[in-house]
Amino acid sequence: MVSTIRTPHPREKRIIFKNIDRPGWTNDIGCYLHDGGYEELKKAFTMKPGQIVNEVKLSGLRGRGGAGFPCGVKWGFIRPGGTKPVYLICNADESEPGTFKDRYIIHQDPHQLIEGMIISCYAVNAQLAYIYIRGEFPEGAKILERALAEAKEHGFLGKNILGSGFDLEIYVFRGAGAYICGEETGLIESMEGKRPYPRIKPPYFPAALGLYLCPTIVNNVETLCNVKHIVRIGGAEYAKMGKPNNTGTRLLCVSGDVQKPGYYEFEVGAITIGELINDICGGMKPGRTLKAVIPGGSSAKVMSAKDRYKLKTKQPDGTMAETEMGLEDIPIDFDSLAAAGSMAGSGGVIVMDDSRDMVWALNNINEFYAHESCGQCTPCREGSLWMKKITGRMLHGGGVEQDTDTLKSVADNIAGRTICAFGEACAWPTQSFVAKFRDEFMGTAHKKGNGNGSTNS
Amino acid sequence: MEIPAELEARIDQEITHFPISKRSAALPLLHLIQEHFGYLEDEAIEWIAQKLGLQPINILELVTFYPMLRREPAGKHHIRVCRTLSCAMAGSYELLDTFCKHARIDRQHNGHGAHSLKSEDGKYSIEFVECLASCGFGPVCMIDDDFYESVTQEEVPQLLEKYQ
Amino acid sequence: MSAPTELLNVQIDGVWYQFKKGTRVIEACAQAGKFIPHYCYHPKLSSPGNCRMCLIEMGMPKTGPDRKPELGADGKPVISWIPRPQISCAQDITEGMGVRTDSSLVRECRHGVMEFLLINHPLDCPICDQAGECHLQEYSVEYGTAGSRFLEEKVKKPKRVELGPRVTLDDERCILCSRCIRFMKEIAHDDVLGFASRGSHTYLTAHPGKRLDSNYSLNTVDICPVGALTSTDFRFKMRVWFLKETKSICTSCATGCNTIVGSRENVIYRQTPRENDAVNSAWMCDYGRLNIHYVNSPDRLKFPQVREAQGLANVSWKTALAKAGEELKQFQRNSVAVVASAKMTNEELWLTKKLIDSLGTVYHDVVPRAGQADQLLMSADRNPNTLGAQLFGITSEYPGSKLREMTEKIASGEIRAVVALGEDLTQIGLAESDLKKLTALIVVGILPNETTRNASVLLPACAFSEKRGTMINIKGRLQRLNHATLAPGEARDDWEIIRDLLQQLTGSNGIYLIDDVFKEIAETIPEMTGLSFGRIGDHGVQLVEESEDAQPVAMTV
Ligand SMILES: Cc1cc2nc3c(=O)[nH]c(=O)nc-3n(C[C@H](O)[C@H](O)[C@H](O)COP(=O)(O)O)c2cc1C
Ligand code: SF4
Ligand code: SF4
Ligand code: SF4
Ligand code: FES
Repeated sequence: MVSTIRTPHPREKRIIFKNIDRPGWTNDIGCYLHDGGYEELKKAFTMKPGQIVNEVKLSGLRGRGGAGFPCGVKWGFIRPGGTKPVYLICNADESEPGTFKDRYIIHQDPHQLIEGMIISCYAVNAQLAYIYIRGEFPEGAKILERALAEAKEHGFLGKNILGSGFDLEIYVFRGAGAYICGEETGLIESMEGKRPYPRIKPPYFPAALGLYLCPTIVNNVETLCNVKHIVRIGGAEYAKMGKPNNTGTRLLCVSGDVQKPGYYEFEVGAITIGELINDICGGMKPGRTLKAVIPGGSSAKVMSAKDRYKLKTKQPDGTMAETEMGLEDIPIDFDSLAAAGSMAGSGGVIVMDDSRDMVWALNNINEFYAHESCGQCTPCREGSLWMKKITGRMLHGGGVEQDTDTLKSVADNIAGRTICAFGEACAWPTQSFVAKFRDEFMGTAHKKGNGNGSTNS
Repeated sequence: MEIPAELEARIDQEITHFPISKRSAALPLLHLIQEHFGYLEDEAIEWIAQKLGLQPINILELVTFYPMLRREPAGKHHIRVCRTLSCAMAGSYELLDTFCKHARIDRQHNGHGAHSLKSEDGKYSIEFVECLASCGFGPVCMIDDDFYESVTQEEVPQLLEKYQ
Repeated sequence: MSAPTELLNVQIDGVWYQFKKGTRVIEACAQAGKFIPHYCYHPKLSSPGNCRMCLIEMGMPKTGPDRKPELGADGKPVISWIPRPQISCAQDITEGMGVRTDSSLVRECRHGVMEFLLINHPLDCPICDQAGECHLQEYSVEYGTAGSRFLEEKVKKPKRVELGPRVTLDDERCILCSRCIRFMKEIAHDDVLGFASRGSHTYLTAHPGKRLDSNYSLNTVDICPVGALTSTDFRFKMRVWFLKETKSICTSCATGCNTIVGSRENVIYRQTPRENDAVNSAWMCDYGRLNIHYVNSPDRLKFPQVREAQGLANVSWKTALAKAGEELKQFQRNSVAVVASAKMTNEELWLTKKLIDSLGTVYHDVVPRAGQADQLLMSADRNPNTLGAQLFGITSEYPGSKLREMTEKIASGEIRAVVALGEDLTQIGLAESDLKKLTALIVVGILPNETTRNASVLLPACAFSEKRGTMINIKGRLQRLNHATLAPGEARDDWEIIRDLLQQLTGSNGIYLIDDVFKEIAETIPEMTGLSFGRIGDHGVQLVEESEDAQPVAMTV
């Protein structure tokens, strides 16, 4: 019931999670300073902002919030010497189902995040920054507020930080239970005191027209923590971790039908799906076999254990060749998962065994999206609820022959046609579940259920 | 509705966090006022609007959007059980039922949006919420601001016991 | 002189066009004759891009390694198409852009959006006021699918919500395009509407206790693309496809908003704004819009009357006019006064001035109507043609400044005859007893009042929708009124009545048509040289350069 101390697996490479569950570790600034905290900030102030941006570019760091956009490229959109103020927002909304990593940084190691943020703000010349934390982390918000106050007391925030001439304030902003506030432009609208309706892009790319229509950098908690370590070891050194275009470490959150679910940190691509499940997470439950994996949060396309995947891999002689492999052999990194038709997304790996009913699973996911659609644009607003009603009917009896095809075509009519990427996020599960497990869906037609199965809501 | 001086001082403090636009303080103020009064009556909505130089509809639009904001009082203790996939796989639907049984909450309907249901004595209210971001340790729940992982059905009575 | 606007090359459905820089993609397509269906987009409001009906395929010129656009065999840029469909309502064209408005992907997108919009829609067209001008109906014919594959229960939402005194809302019909919200926020500056709840359960509402009672509220009904917002005044009164539409102008204040009068069988059912950027953009106020019902009043004056021993008696026009002429001939110069109206058309005022001149009186003026100006359209001057009355010398720089002297002289008996044109003399400070003292009171009017009841000759005239003519608005713009309905009974066009009165005094003057009157004006008044009804057109003509700080006409009452 209470949070337990979980010892890291020997194969892990803990950089961001170094202090998580560390014996004797506390989340106050004293402990952090004692461990060499805020040294990278001091180092950063010896560098020019542009140098830090360059190091981040060199590091190859890709965003950890879901889209995997190169962080240095994003920062490069901010023109030094612009007339408008620049803002930085830490996306701590952590609301993608299956994802539970930022939670631990916030609760156990808030100063790592704050230090990463201060360095990042200095790099892009943001003098006002916010941490947008989901409303369901009340404790986390308090911890961050206390940590910010401590940082300020120690002169790491406020005016003329450590004599650098750089000024910065960071405030905590609490969400209130809406997944769409994780989408960066929805988040910005939420922070502007409006309904968190995502903005149309173009023209509202945050780096150009973000908070108060000023240049704004939105980065995930994990991304910002990485910046500290890039400053520590240098971008080139950082880039040696992981593999090309998939550098650094990655926090993976495993949930579902494995023996030891939990959070782990590995070099990107260092392990395969099979290794993660069997070696790290203790394998499937007794007597059960692997049926499916959702590798990057609930929005990522589901992958079936029955399928074969064609991926380009490096051969011993250094050339690239296409290899066919099973689900368990796919390495967990941005490019491999994308090539396999899904995505690394937010790092939330949901594992399902052969006892799982895929119609039930998709219906659960559909209910999430129907509940979380902001309702601004037509395809997502109407389509997300429609898909949920269809799978609800399929599940509870009342399914008809054409449901499976209708379901797919509704999803097809959403993806790519909406204001924000929620459209894909809600369409991809349906598209992939129906494609991979078509028989199960077809099997629900004329299934007798309790009542007419109407989900009436 | 009387806003005590300390609360208003905190509100004024919060507004200073947004030097560019007071409107940004809307959600923070809603949190502060709901924490104090337990819910947001229309008068509170109007008060915030006035405080921020907005129209009441600007605030109502927010209150009705965010599931954590409520226009009616919750129970003395508010229970949130995670409904989403990983927790559901770990038994959160059954956990919700068990909570309802022991908290004497009649769960006739489980409508969209307004998931919140209250026990007759007003002691507990329960809400089936979306992903609470602890999927590896499901089923998870929150009681008031406290967070619980891997909650078994057997633990429910003793958990409720803690919240009188 | 402003710099010439830059022209950009854009390929639409394979054909290259040039458009002004700053043109929206959707507008460029319209200019090229490719109409793009849309709901949320409105040219006068911000573009949220939420309905997704206007999706098109878009491409940008392909650039070679030298960063210059690659040219195809035709010497035109090669376009590299963006794989995802793009909305056309929120982006301006750029040089070398390509657009496909009719590809299979585009058609698929429109089908998809239409289906989504219809699944939760009540489809109660037979009882919906919007039927006939509903964009949902219109586009579903083109892009809808016949059979519904939606087997679920529709989302329930509030019905028949009285948002305000004049606007009723049916939330189930609302497609959440937010046009009404944006109008109230961006144009009316009265942020009363908003969305509550979220997802598919989102509904339009006002804050409890707040009403949509702005004087511009009915514009939301006009711009609502479906039948969600309806005018309480117009609701269920008439199916729109029966309405005859006549372009006209509102005559309830000096702004002269351009309008469309909707009538059927001589009854006016509604008045809606007609776009004119020089006057009213696309809007009008509720006050002006609804100030039409008097036209249909059963009390309208229908027959010419003369006073006989028993009171007013119906007579023929010939008799009435002869009697009026006879009476007027007895009074010359300053024993007669003309009280005209700044609600009269230029043509009527022109002839009135001639009448005044032939009577030789110095006692003539119009009755000012002053109200509060608002920041949007409504002028403090509630007369539609004060400028015309000034231009033709019926009144001075200070309309109404002569009225006090005139009423005193009427009360004292010095003035013994009055020609009252469209005005009630009790409204300028005269008592009924004063009117009874007059030897002759020749009244032209449309509705009964103290003055008409005390007339010696009563000549029934036309309301604004029953006549042609021109007026000059507060900004010096000459605009046309058009004939939408017929006057009741034997009522006649005002200009004809005044012409005939004039002829009683001066003999035939060769004026047979209203165009003859206008021609005479155009030949005499320098500002109007060369103009004709035709030249004025539907959008009017600016007579004097509009100055930014045009002051409203001074008022004295
Ligand atoms: C529907 C939706 C939900 C999202 N939720 C989150 C979230 O909870 N946390 C997050 O960091 N990013 C989330 N994102 C991604 C953000 O929009 C944005 O890409 C990210 O914060 C950028 O940071 P990064 O580059 O560091 O990853 C979400 C995106 C979408 C479309
Ligand atoms: S895609 Fe969905 S979540 Fe995104 S703006 Fe549209 S309705 Fe809102
Ligand atoms: S009421 Fe009409 S104008 Fe307003 S949002 Fe709904 S459909 Fe759009
Ligand atoms: S502003 Fe004046 S002219 Fe325009 S509609 Fe209102 S009353 Fe008529
Ligand atoms: S017109 Fe609605 S999205 Fe373009």
